[in-house]
Parts: sequence; C-alpha cells; structure tokens
Amino acid sequence: MARQDPRKDVVVIGLGWTGAIMSMELAQEGLEVLALERGDDRDTVPDFQYPNIIDELKYGIRYGLMQKPRKSTLTIRHGLDDTALPYRHLGSFLPGDGVGGAGAHWNGQNWRPQEPEYRLRSYVEETFGADIIPEGMTIQDWGVTYEELEPYFDQFEKVAGISGKAGNLNGEIVEGGNPFEAPRSSDYPMPPLPHTYDADLFSKAAKAKGLHPFPRPSANASEAYTNPYGMQLGPCNFCGFCERFGCLNYSKSSPQVCILDALKRKPNFSYKTNSEVLKIEKAEDGKTVTGVTYFDEKANEEVFQPADLVLLCAYSLHNVHLLLLSGIGQPYDPATGEGVVGKNYAYQMTGGTRLYFKDKQFNPFIGTGSNGISIDDYSISQIDFAKEGFIGGSYITAGQTNGRPIQSMPLPPGTPKWGKAWKEAAGEWYGRSMAIGSHGSNMSYRDCYLDLDPTYTDRHGRPLMRMTFNWKENDIRMTQFMKARIEEIAETMNPDMIASGYKKDGSQYDVRPYQSTHNVGGAIMGAERKTSVLNKYLQHWDCHNLFVMGASAYPQNIQYNPTGALGGLAYWSAAAIRKDYLANPRPLV
Amino acid sequence: MVDLPGRPSRRSFLKATVASAAVTSIPIGLPHAKAAELPSLEDYKPVYFDAAEWSFILAACARLIPSDGTGPGAIETRVPVFIDLQMAGDFGKAADWYMEGPYKADANPLLGFQSPLAPAEIYRKAIPVFQDWCKQTHGDAFEKLDAETQDAALTSLEKGGVKLDPELRDFFSFLLQNTKEGYFADPMYGGNQGMQAWVHIGFPGARGSYAEWVNNYNAEYPLGPVSISGERA
Repeated sequence: MARQDPRKDVVVIGLGWTGAIMSMELAQEGLEVLALERGDDRDTVPDFQYPNIIDELKYGIRYGLMQKPRKSTLTIRHGLDDTALPYRHLGSFLPGDGVGGAGAHWNGQNWRPQEPEYRLRSYVEETFGADIIPEGMTIQDWGVTYEELEPYFDQFEKVAGISGKAGNLNGEIVEGGNPFEAPRSSDYPMPPLPHTYDADLFSKAAKAKGLHPFPRPSANASEAYTNPYGMQLGPCNFCGFCERFGCLNYSKSSPQVCILDALKRKPNFSYKTNSEVLKIEKAEDGKTVTGVTYFDEKANEEVFQPADLVLLCAYSLHNVHLLLLSGIGQPYDPATGEGVVGKNYAYQMTGGTRLYFKDKQFNPFIGTGSNGISIDDYSISQIDFAKEGFIGGSYITAGQTNGRPIQSMPLPPGTPKWGKAWKEAAGEWYGRSMAIGSHGSNMSYRDCYLDLDPTYTDRHGRPLMRMTFNWKENDIRMTQFMKARIEEIAETMNPDMIASGYKKDGSQYDVRPYQSTHNVGGAIMGAERKTSVLNKYLQHWDCHNLFVMGASAYPQNIQYNPTGALGGLAYWSAAAIRKDYLANPRPLV
Repeated sequence: MVDLPGRPSRRSFLKATVASAAVTSIPIGLPHAKAAELPSLEDYKPVYFDAAEWSFILAACARLIPSDGTGPGAIETRVPVFIDLQMAGDFGKAADWYMEGPYKADANPLLGFQSPLAPAEIYRKAIPVFQDWCKQTHGDAFEKLDAETQDAALTSLEKGGVKLDPELRDFFSFLLQNTKEGYFADPMYGGNQGMQAWVHIGFPGARGSYAEWVNNYNAEYPLGPVSISGERA
C-alpha cells in the first residue's frame, strides 16, 4: 500500500532545465510546487568545486554525473525484425540524472532553430514539392511558429545568460553575426567569448571562401552577468572540463547557476531527491491526471503524490518511457502508422574532419563547451533539397572544447593504437591538430520509434523502453554533403594531414562510441491530436492537466543542439499556463 | 643487472625513481607516499590480481606502452597498479552497468557490451585462455616471450586471432583502454606516477584556468602539470 502525501498544486517530474524553469514560473504564481528528482542533490559547492571536479577518469570516462544503467536504461535494436538488447553501459549518448540534469554537464551550445524547422513538412512541400519526401520519412510541423516563440527564446537566453553576437536584429543583418538566423528582438545578453587558435584559423579560411563565420552562441559566460532572477555568472576561464562536468566557476549556465538558488528561496517551492516517479496516475474519466506515484529511496517505499497539475520535465527518453508506462496516450504502431506515443524518435547526424599541422600548437586543453566559430551557410534554410537530394542541414564549427587526454587523443591516420609508435605519436601530436565538425539534422521515419521492451525490466520490475533506430540514406547523403564542404575549407588551410569521420553508405547505428546526447521525439507536439502527443502549448491532448516539456516534443531533429529550443518552449508553455490555463483549466486547443 | 626479455626493465624502475625523486624534491604538500617509498611493481601486493595474472599484466602493459623511445612507459608510470585498483573497484565489478539477463554475448557488436561477466571477471577468465594460446602458438607463457613475439601475440589478440568465447571478446579492448586510462588519469588512481605521461604530451593536468592564454595563439603553454592533490611536475 503506497503512502499518500498531502496534495500539491503542481508536481514537477525531474529537476533539470525545464523542471527548474517551470517550477520557478509557477512558484511565481503563488502555487505550491513540489519537484521530484530521481537522482542525487547537486550544487556547485560541493559537487562541482575545484579541484575535485577536474578529474577526467571519474567524470569524463566513468560518467560520475550520468545516469547509471543499473538503475535506468533502455534496449536498442536497428530494425523492426531485430531483437533489442540492453544498453548495458553508456556509450553513444549520456543521459544525466540528479538535480540540474543534463543541464549541469552539457557543453552550453545554445541555438534557436531556423524558421523552416518549425514547419518542416510544409516548408518542403511548398518549396520543393511533396514528392521529394522519401517513402517512410514521417516529418511533421511543430504546430507553432517562430514568431510565436521568439519572445520566449529571448527570455530563456536572458535567464541562461548567453554570449554571442546577433546576425539578424529585427530583420536587419548585422555584420559579424549569423546572417542566416531567424530575426531576433534583441541581441544576446553578453558579448561573444574569445575563441581559440583553431577557431581563428577556421574563421579566416571560411571568410576567404566567401562564407559567413560568426561566434558560436554560448552558455559559457563571457563576462560578469546577473540574470532576471538575480542569479550571477562569472566569466569562463576555459578550464577544459566543461561537457561531462559540472562548472567549477559559475560560468556555464545551468539550473544551479541560473535558477535554483532563487527558486529554493521561495517558501512555496520544495523538492525531493532520490524520488523516481514510477507512474503518472490517470483519473477515471481519462481526461485528467490525479498525481504521480514515486519511489522514495530514503524511506524505501512507494508514495502517491496527488497534484492538480503534473509537469513532465524529465530527459526526453524518460518522458516517453513514463507516458508509455502510465498508459497515457495511444502507443505508436509502426505497422499501421497509428498511435502517437513513441512516434518519430530521432537522433543527431554529426561528423568531423581533423587537420594535423606539424608546425602549429593548439594547446587543446584550453577550451570550453561552446567555444568557437560556426558557419550556417549549409543550414536547412540555405540548401536546395531538390537539387542536393536530401532534406536537412547542418552547422559547421571549429572550436576546441577539451584536451583531456584519455578521451581526446586524436593521432594521425595510420598511427598504431598501442606500442612505442603510439606513445611517441601522442607526445608529438597531442597539441598539433584541430577539428572542423558538422552538427546536422536527423529526420524522422516510420520505423524509428520508442515502445516498451517485451523482455527486459528495470529494478522496479517495469519494462525497459525499447528504441528502434538506424541511419537512413537521406541523412547519410546530408552528412556526406557536409564532408565535401568541410574538406574544401580544410584544404585551403594547408594541413600536413587530414582525417575525416562521417557516416557513409551502409553505416549502421553503433551504440558504442559517443555521438550525441540529443535524443528527440517520441512525445511530439503538433497541430492535430491524431498525429501528435501534445498540442502547441506542450499540453497533452488527452489529459489537459499534464504538460510535457523537453526535446521529446520535436517531431524530427533540428540541425542544432536542442537546449535553446527546449528552454524557449518551456517559457512559451509556462506563459500559456499562467495567462490562460490556471484561470480556466481545460484543453487549450 | 640483467634485464630478462619481456620483464619490466629494472633499469626503467631505476629511471623512474630518479625522475620521481626530482619531482618530489619540490617542497609542497604531498598527501600520497613519495614515489621512492612505493614498492616496486614486483613487490606490490595486488588487491585483485593473483600472482600469475599480475605477471601477465606487468608484461602486457610493458608492451602496450613500452619504456623505450621518447616518453615514459606504462611500467614506470605504474599503470599496472591502476588496473589492479580498477578491477577491485566499481569499474571491475560493473557496479553501474545493467547486468540483468537474458544475455546474448555473441550479438552484433554494434549493439555494445552484452557479456554476463563484469570486466574483472573477463580479465580473470581471458588471461588463462590467452596464456594457453601463447604456449601453444609460441611455446611459452606471454611474459616469457621476447618483446617482438609478445607484440605479435597481442596483435593476434587484438585482431581476433585468439579464439575467445563471445562473453570474453571485449578483453583486449578493456586491457588497452584501462592501460591508457592509467597512463593519463590523475596520479591519485595509482598510475601516471609523477604525472610523467602529462609532461610527455604537454597536458597541464588540473590547473583549471587558461583564460589568459586563450588568445595567445600558436604559443607553447609555459606551465607544467599539477595533480588534484596539488603535486607538481
């Protein structure tokens, strides 16, 4: 028999970026808000403090801040006829847990999607014709436009404290910024970070080719900053322990640095850690939810927590898993294309080229998570999909993030993996290479989806979630296009050697090497209840007092890192709840 | 002094001691034992490995990152100690991994680790298989072979030329990965003694602040490494 706790106005599942944002916004309404976090409590001090956080083995290699597969994982297979097997240790993607979530150990690359990305299917059909969409590709519109979201991107960027340079201010192109970005109502709250030597060489080479380099928008602060909640950031010191680590310097935007201390001062906000939500409870009428059941690890018991409003703010994969386990919404069936929960899982298509220079010293240990210079000349809005034969795009960047030697020891092609030649090459080449990377979109497909695994279970006896995913020809063509563009730029830089790594014809998804923790879709937003889980306000179509945040809402993956968009969406959803829903709780669409 | 073929060179121990003595003469706080006080690798009492396994680990590490040529080897940086401690700890036990069945150890490798065995058990079961292979193929245990034959044997192991049960197939990749981890991890984990591997490549370790050097393009960084404990090299 589960313990039952006193009712709350709002229960928030997961205390990462979106959980912190929603808690703050609704606590400002005077509501009693309780956040439930499955992982540990974490704060800059003591968890990220110098020098203990500067430990590559513990955090970078053994994943000290990441979710432990023993407690939570999923199964993976390539296709509908395969048997999925557990993702037994982390590799390809690294979901976090604990207070701050992945927002504590991300790189801080903060982007707004381009205008066509929110209405991708309509854009493709209107611009190039529906017949260029390959069989089996299931891209959709988001059901919301950039114009609607713009004020909320602006709000998130001011809370997070983003460093950058506008390229399009209210429709006016600004020299030195990204001329291909959607129009912004205001510049970034901080000027761009300085950038390292590799980025400088890339910037000059790109400019010489007539391209448009600009500073990568960064959630690593370039100067002292106080955000609208009164939280303070200090300038980044380029320690090189950013992604996979918590920031020792109050420089990387995170829920801890930007929101949580202000939130914790609110008497109507509380949070519990080591409290994993097992199920969202549906009301008998099926039109609302009544609260959540969670496992209280300290008390070693299940607890029913009633609430008027439930905000699902876990990592994208866990959002979908919880919806499936809770029986909320119709699960997607790839055979018929019917159902919605788990539909349109997508990933990120990345690749890169490394340039080796005998006579250059890059000091690769000088870096930060979103250091660097990018170009958007080959982005979604700039590519003729009909001509190039694919749908998608990419941004291209140089900017070193770290020189941590266990993880980051790129050596020239042909170097043995061990022995004297490996050792001597490590001494000779450690500081003498740089990379140019492609960070690209990934479309959604009929047979790439999430459902419950028939065999494997977690420590609570619940079925693990099953991911069915593989790379598709369209996206491989996209990344091969980027390879050609990057190699053209690289050649003009006269390196002694180059080595390229991109998915190619026949590439299968490999869960072992790290690729990206940008897992999206599965609880997608959209204009119609038949084809999406959430309406445009991230409100569940079936249960109106359930809102689901995060990148699980993206109907296909954008070409950018997901955090900027999910931060903006959270503020957009919060505004709809505050202005409209609370006074009259109902389906908003 | 005679260096046996395939044994960690006694001269390299001596070399390591001299180098470490220079490091430890800097009068700053040193919470761990000075290198001079550490037992030699042959006198070290492994926490996890038995004597036969330990002989193999010493000999294998000495070939994966050898002591000859420029830069320190795995032996003088005490990588075997690192591996031993890792086997006894969370990594060796797969403490964080999902280890529930059913298992399909011979699955498509693209689907990742699928063995029912934790890394420490994989070392324990795979070392004797590899030793038997060495005896059958090369006439002696791995540590008794000359360096060139040892390299050939390790290459066979790496390339799948040594028949291992599917549940042991990740043995070589763990051995190599753990060796490199021990070489480059902070010295508090037992390897990278005196931060010699960091000095070799030019990594400043746990300094944690380079703001003043970001725009100093193409210029060698002037400071040597520090460790988490405050040791300098």
